[in-house]
Amino acid sequence: MASTSPSDGGSRRNAIRVWSVLLWLAVWQIAAMAIGHDILLVSPVTVVRRLVELAVTGSFWNSIGFSLLRIIGGFFLAAGTGLLFAAASYRFRAIEIMLEPPMQTIKATPVASFVILILIWVPSRNLSVVISFLMVLPIMYTNVLAGIRSTDRQLLEMADVFRVPTGRRIRYIYVSQVLPYFRSACSVALGLGWKSGIAAEVIGIPVGSIGEKLYQSKIFLDTPDLFAWTLVIIVVSVCFEKLFLKMLDAAVGKLERM
Amino acid sequence: MELNIRGLKKRYGDVTVFDHFDCSLLGCAVNVVFGPSGAGKTTLLRLVMGLARPDAGDLSSLSDLKVGAVFQEDRLCDNLSPVSNVKLVAPSVSREAIQRALSSVGLGSCLDKPARELSGGMRRRVALIRALLSDYDLLLLDEPFKGLDETTKETVITYTRGMTAGRTVLLVTHDRQEALAMDARRIITVKTEGPETG
Repeated sequence: MASTSPSDGGSRRNAIRVWSVLLWLAVWQIAAMAIGHDILLVSPVTVVRRLVELAVTGSFWNSIGFSLLRIIGGFFLAAGTGLLFAAASYRFRAIEIMLEPPMQTIKATPVASFVILILIWVPSRNLSVVISFLMVLPIMYTNVLAGIRSTDRQLLEMADVFRVPTGRRIRYIYVSQVLPYFRSACSVALGLGWKSGIAAEVIGIPVGSIGEKLYQSKIFLDTPDLFAWTLVIIVVSVCFEKLFLKMLDAAVGKLERM
Repeated sequence: MELNIRGLKKRYGDVTVFDHFDCSLLGCAVNVVFGPSGAGKTTLLRLVMGLARPDAGDLSSLSDLKVGAVFQEDRLCDNLSPVSNVKLVAPSVSREAIQRALSSVGLGSCLDKPARELSGGMRRRVALIRALLSDYDLLLLDEPFKGLDETTKETVITYTRGMTAGRTVLLVTHDRQEALAMDARRIITVKTEGPETG
């Protein structure tokens, strides 16, 4: 009887994944060739060619750095604030009740409304920091609070009996228990932070940002640029998410082994 | 030295677990609690630990004592290694001393494995070592040897007896052989209809 090992299954899945990507790229290329107008649908080959042209310019990397710094800055601010708020809400019920209306409002309000309002208050160059912060904050807060709440009561009782001080409780018990919630919140929030941050830049048009480049491609009907910059956003977002989660896992592993 | 519990009352809804329960623990010795399931052995331990509040009664002789415990459940942090689980409650004990203690009860091969990967018997031994190495005046052991095979149980009991010599221990068990092997000096019996000290 034929049998397959788990590694055979894994490499087969990877092969199917690669082939499916190639298939969709081929469909895209054929559709672009059939339409025959770059403005309507640019081909993948043209996008890659344009990307290579952009990559050798300094302003390409400056724009990536500009947007990356601000969007990730907003993400980290929100992650820190979300952690603090969640811990405070867990400890004091009054804080949770007080934070509920703003969190619900932020979740329900369209990004565009925030962008227009915040443009009145802050210069457009820092707009993506604030928007990324606002979009990420409720996700981090809600997830971390749920994580703290789900902490095993029996472990907390054990810590009470052994008189484990707060610092060690956080490091050994809460970090392990809250981490899966924090991790999944980061995974969702990073993507959302990028999307909302770039959308804000397209509306606010800060000079030297990825959003400005997207806006220009819209003005000049430059579809190859639009696709090339979109590809850049996806790649940077995915790479940062993977790198960040790997670093997070490594840091927690190290903390637990100390 | 004796530690006294006087007039203890505890009810859970309509169920009376303790009604005017008195007992004395012999200091610097192993005290064993016997009783059928549901008679309140674990409740007694929870009251002594301060995890449950009595409806009435005097446990003041125990209130200032530092307690170490093996719970009915193992209560380990699953992501942490056996060494880190012990370190959590015994930060002043060196890593080497913890490793030696764990090795003494047959856990030498899994010192750095996460607790979630250990078998039930291994987890029980980690929970026991954690309690034994903690800084305690009174050690509460709720069926600490359950889930261990006979050979391992013998090794673990010998080690535990050595580690608790001259210390005050309250051991809950169903097994009279375990009480004998632990050199228990006082037996406290709890019954469903009302406890008494023997």
